[in-house]
Amino acid sequence: MQNKKKFKDIILSGNEALARGAYEAGVNVAAGYPGTPSSEILEYIKRFDEVDAQWSVNEKVAFEVAYGASIGGARSLYVSKHVGINVAMDPLMVSAYTGISAGFVIVTCDDPGVHSSQNEQDNRRIASFAKMPLIEPSSPFEAKELIKKAFDISEKYQTPVLFRMTTRICHSKENIILSKRIEKQKPPFDIPMKQYVMVPANSYPRHLYLEKRILRIKTFSEKTKLNFIENGKGITGFITSGVSYLYIKENYPDAPILKLGMSYPFPEKLALKFAKQVKNIIVVEELEPFIEEQMKMLAIKHKAKDPSYRVGELKSEFIPKIIQGQKKKEKKRTGKKPLFCAGCPHRPVFYVLKQLKVTVAGDIGCYALAAMPPLSSLHTCLCMGAGISAFEGIRRGRKEQPLVGVLGDSTFVHSGITGLINAAYNKQTGVIIILDNSTTAMTGCQPNPSTGITLKGEKTKKLSLEKIAEVSGADEVIVVDPFKIKELKKHITESLSNKKLTVIITRSPCKFIDKTTKGHVDYNIDKCKKCQVCLQIDCPAISKTAEGFIDIDSELCSGCGLCVEVCSFKALTKK
Amino acid sequence: MMKNNVTSIIFYGIGGQGVLTAAEICALAAMYDGFAVKKSEVHGMAQRGGSVESHVRFGDIVYSPITPYAQADYLICCHNAEYGRFKGYLKKTGTDLFEFLNKGLLIVPKKIFINIYLIGVLSVYTEISEQSWIRAIKQTIKSQFVEDNIKWFYEGRKGIV
Ligand SMILES: Cc1ncc(C[n+]2csc(CCOP(=O)(O)OP(=O)(O)O)c2C)c(N)n1
Repeated sequence: MQNKKKFKDIILSGNEALARGAYEAGVNVAAGYPGTPSSEILEYIKRFDEVDAQWSVNEKVAFEVAYGASIGGARSLYVSKHVGINVAMDPLMVSAYTGISAGFVIVTCDDPGVHSSQNEQDNRRIASFAKMPLIEPSSPFEAKELIKKAFDISEKYQTPVLFRMTTRICHSKENIILSKRIEKQKPPFDIPMKQYVMVPANSYPRHLYLEKRILRIKTFSEKTKLNFIENGKGITGFITSGVSYLYIKENYPDAPILKLGMSYPFPEKLALKFAKQVKNIIVVEELEPFIEEQMKMLAIKHKAKDPSYRVGELKSEFIPKIIQGQKKKEKKRTGKKPLFCAGCPHRPVFYVLKQLKVTVAGDIGCYALAAMPPLSSLHTCLCMGAGISAFEGIRRGRKEQPLVGVLGDSTFVHSGITGLINAAYNKQTGVIIILDNSTTAMTGCQPNPSTGITLKGEKTKKLSLEKIAEVSGADEVIVVDPFKIKELKKHITESLSNKKLTVIITRSPCKFIDKTTKGHVDYNIDKCKKCQVCLQIDCPAISKTAEGFIDIDSELCSGCGLCVEVCSFKALTKK
Repeated sequence: MMKNNVTSIIFYGIGGQGVLTAAEICALAAMYDGFAVKKSEVHGMAQRGGSVESHVRFGDIVYSPITPYAQADYLICCHNAEYGRFKGYLKKTGTDLFEFLNKGLLIVPKKIFINIYLIGVLSVYTEISEQSWIRAIKQTIKSQFVEDNIKWFYEGRKGIV
């Protein structure tokens, strides 16, 4: 536990602390794909010359790189957000069978409360599904310490270890004490084929081995210091893991607690021992009833949260209500919704798509914001890559519907290319727009293969989006500046009516990449007819006044000129 | 039951206003004075001009990274349109520093200085030392803007007396 007045060193976020801990643990290779709330882990680790760190093309690739590095003898780290694990699921499941060589830790950053995600799945279930040990820190301080333990456990039991963070831990900061890096000796290079070649003849015996191994790890789970009882006072005790532990401490600092830093395999004997020490047990955990189900299997009498609390993030003030068995009262999300930045190159594209009244099969990225009113011009957003493949499916399901598929540059490289090949191969036609803002903006502007820059900030081979679209089978590839809206409109309209598979690349950098302003916009109130068309582009620099006129915030305005384009009365002019 | 020696502050406003920077300065300053500190913030989607909030808590031992309901000692609102979002979070004995937002907006030359002005106001209320505030500003703000920021920090401090 973090204690008082000891540290004047440094405060780090959970992500930074985890990265620092992995560094101190002698990690040699780290791979991942950006995603909130995980991105800062690799962004922090990149500073260490000793660590070969990369943004991979997607999570599956990242997983395989990190896994391979472990076989190669390097302590390695995989990092993604919770849904990234879904993309890496194929190698993940089988890696539990093969086991590993040098320590291999899989970091999943879950997002209870869906602060910035498409769902709020609880990846603790991945650990029990894949049969690999699960470590859950409660705070940044613990993230740094436990990641070291995770590497040791991985090596001791020759298994990948799942390390689960949540948004609150990733993005909260606290005092951290730094230690020195300990360099690890590489194990001898040895690849027993029976272990690493997962063909049926080998997989079956490996499954037998996996079942035995998880039992051995269970024995470890009973005695490791990662799981401990805080004796405390009173007859009511809590079983908990992750950030929930802190919420209990906030409310009942002296209560008896069984704190699980390693919640899978579940330490049954320890739970039984705890049950003897207290009269009532209350399980407190965020999202899924993961610990609760273990308690049910052991038939230990306990109380747990009402199922209504399985949705959303826990808060400190919920704890007394959970104890009383109350139902969760859902509150409306308050506050201002996010919107495209002033000067964002996505805005003109969605303005045009709205004018053309087409249905838009969308994807995940900043551009998903186009689904919000008043733009309201993105109609689906399922998962990365679906902007092309779900587009293809909708076309097949309803041929007559005017439809466009939209996705960003990073998403296209992540998993859009396969969809494009599929569409071409299966003779699909239609219009796909790649919003090329030269960055992975939504998650904090990470580089990707189409930017020609690596995680470490080095120049590298630059993937040409137009060439890859062409060889994937697009009949036509058009590159256009999205701020030239007449041209953009013309291209989309034409492509919608011909029988080709067209890829339109709208190319203009994100405002976070290129901060230069392109002049200023002047507002002539005398010419303004209060038509409010300029408000329909939803620019944060334009606001409505009480009299129905508008006000332009010159500090925010980037001079992109879209409002000038849409004003029919010349009330707005560019200087 | 509740720990009383923890000071909890909620900074809130709109993405791009420097709400997170203000909270960072406060967290660092508390750390320099030897406190245990927790700060929590929001990233990702919320940073695109939507509402943002950041909690800073410091004391001898801090547990929850976010301020529990009705436990905040200070509320710092950086944007008029956001006012009221955290009303219920203020302690009975807590102080809402909202009035200083509009006072500050009248005198800062650019809106980007409002965060540092409000930090100046806050600095009068908390037990964090002046030198730690200054050190934290120097640590957080890009060097070419430090001088201006320190100036508006002191304007905020003056605003109180
Ligand atoms: C499987 C998966 N991995 C990562 C993410 C996190 N994520 C959301 S959008 C996005 C990419 C955004 O980049 P881009 O497509 O270029 O669009 P931009 O935000 O730049 O407009 C990422 C990585 C996710 N939602 N799902």
